[in-house]
Amino acid sequence: MSEFKQTFNSSLGKKLIMALTGLFLCTFLIVHLGGNLLLFRNDDGYGFNVYANFLTHFPPIEVIAYLLYLSILVHAIYALVLTIKNRKARPVAYATVNKAPATWSSKNMGLLGSILFLFIVIHMSDFWFNYKYSDKIGYKEYRTNVKTDETTAVDYVPESPKFEKSVTTEGDYEVVRVKDLHARVASSFSNLIYVIFYVIAMGAVSFHLVHGFQSAFRTLGWVHRKYTPIVYFIGTWLFAVIIPLGFAAMPIVYYIQSLK
Amino acid sequence: MSNGNMNLTLKVWRQKNAETKGAFATYKAEGISPDMSFLEMLDVVNEGLILKGDEPINFDHDCREGICGMCSLYINGHPHGPKNAITTCQLHMRSFHDGETIVIEPWRAAAFPVIKDLAVDRSSFDRIQQAGGFVSVNTGVTVDANEIPIPKVIADEAFNSATCIGCGACVAACKNASAMLFVSAKVSQLAMLPQGQPERWSRVQAMVAQMDEEGFGNCTNTGACEAECPKEIKMTNISRMNNDYFSAKLFREESTHEHAAGE
Repeated sequence: MSEFKQTFNSSLGKKLIMALTGLFLCTFLIVHLGGNLLLFRNDDGYGFNVYANFLTHFPPIEVIAYLLYLSILVHAIYALVLTIKNRKARPVAYATVNKAPATWSSKNMGLLGSILFLFIVIHMSDFWFNYKYSDKIGYKEYRTNVKTDETTAVDYVPESPKFEKSVTTEGDYEVVRVKDLHARVASSFSNLIYVIFYVIAMGAVSFHLVHGFQSAFRTLGWVHRKYTPIVYFIGTWLFAVIIPLGFAAMPIVYYIQSLK
Repeated sequence: MSNGNMNLTLKVWRQKNAETKGAFATYKAEGISPDMSFLEMLDVVNEGLILKGDEPINFDHDCREGICGMCSLYINGHPHGPKNAITTCQLHMRSFHDGETIVIEPWRAAAFPVIKDLAVDRSSFDRIQQAGGFVSVNTGVTVDANEIPIPKVIADEAFNSATCIGCGACVAACKNASAMLFVSAKVSQLAMLPQGQPERWSRVQAMVAQMDEEGFGNCTNTGACEAECPKEIKMTNISRMNNDYFSAKLFREESTHEHAAGE
């Protein structure tokens, strides 16, 4: 066995892979939240739809996207492999409950991760898959008056089903025609069960990352009395509070709007 | 009770040997002085069993003053019982109340097979130590003390890591039966000092390789080990070892085999 193979097959090597894929997924969450804040713009989905089109048609982002899907799979598979090994390391269970003061999150990363995996599958099949591979997503036409900067939106039916996006100028109007993912988001988030599932999943994100973010740094060996408090601060406030709250706000706000 | 002595119910794991299946047996421990240590209480129970012609409960013990690392016992969900920073021999019966039921189990890990009842075979720890937990020292004239300057913070930290007695409470407490706290303490105590430098990079590789071979679980940084360690070994040791391990594996010339060869 080559030394590299030996390194990544060792217990610490597998943990290294968990840590690196986990941290990569964490950075993705920042970008994903940042982009999706466009959902809060009151513009009939103009900004969001153009952004979604950009994400799916800009080659460097597509490369990173496939790296992301790979990371999710590797993170999940390695978690499974490590969990099986951990179970084998204690073939006879204790009769008494372990009372060591470890956090609930740290002891339930597998459960939280499973909820997240289920969420990702549903989330991606609903939006990503339909956007890229189905004809269930409609189109919108945005007309912006260049002089007054006023935009009106109407549904649009393209001649070819392969239509993605067009930008044209008609007199004083700039006309943008693009796939209307925003309508799909709004319709999904008008379903209460769907909204509840999303909020639960964001709770799982919070608990998964309050342990996972700082644990990744421990695994990498980056622990220092000067920097570790900063890691804990970011892990707690950014990844376990701001990001899950930001994401959870989207289905909640859209659901409330759908009631009107 | 008027004299302050306690009556207790013990649920004790009894297992003939590693091959047979074990089960809990219930015993009464009566007239136990609160000033007895936990092991003395078991001595009293065993005396009763012997007088009745029964097989006494087998458990590990040696120094009975908290430094040898021999005593174990998983008591009511805690390795070494409910008190912090002590071994079972330092645990006194006043930590329990009269009439309490106490569940006593052996350390449970594939790498710590039961020898008999509550005694487990911890020689996997010895093999990890033998794989690299040492420094090679030239013989010759005695070197004066403090010949090599070592910063106080480093010396203190290395000494803290060196207080590990190898009892295995970290493995017993860990939900994954991981030995990372033990191994990292043994790696750290030498990696931090000048005397440990020549073998630093091969040592960490050799000891982690042996740890994996023994079938311990993987660390998930839950911190149960640190909380239950009778010597309060810190989890920072684990990160320090990870750092050394990845440095050694990815950036150093030394391999595991050099260490095994004994240089």
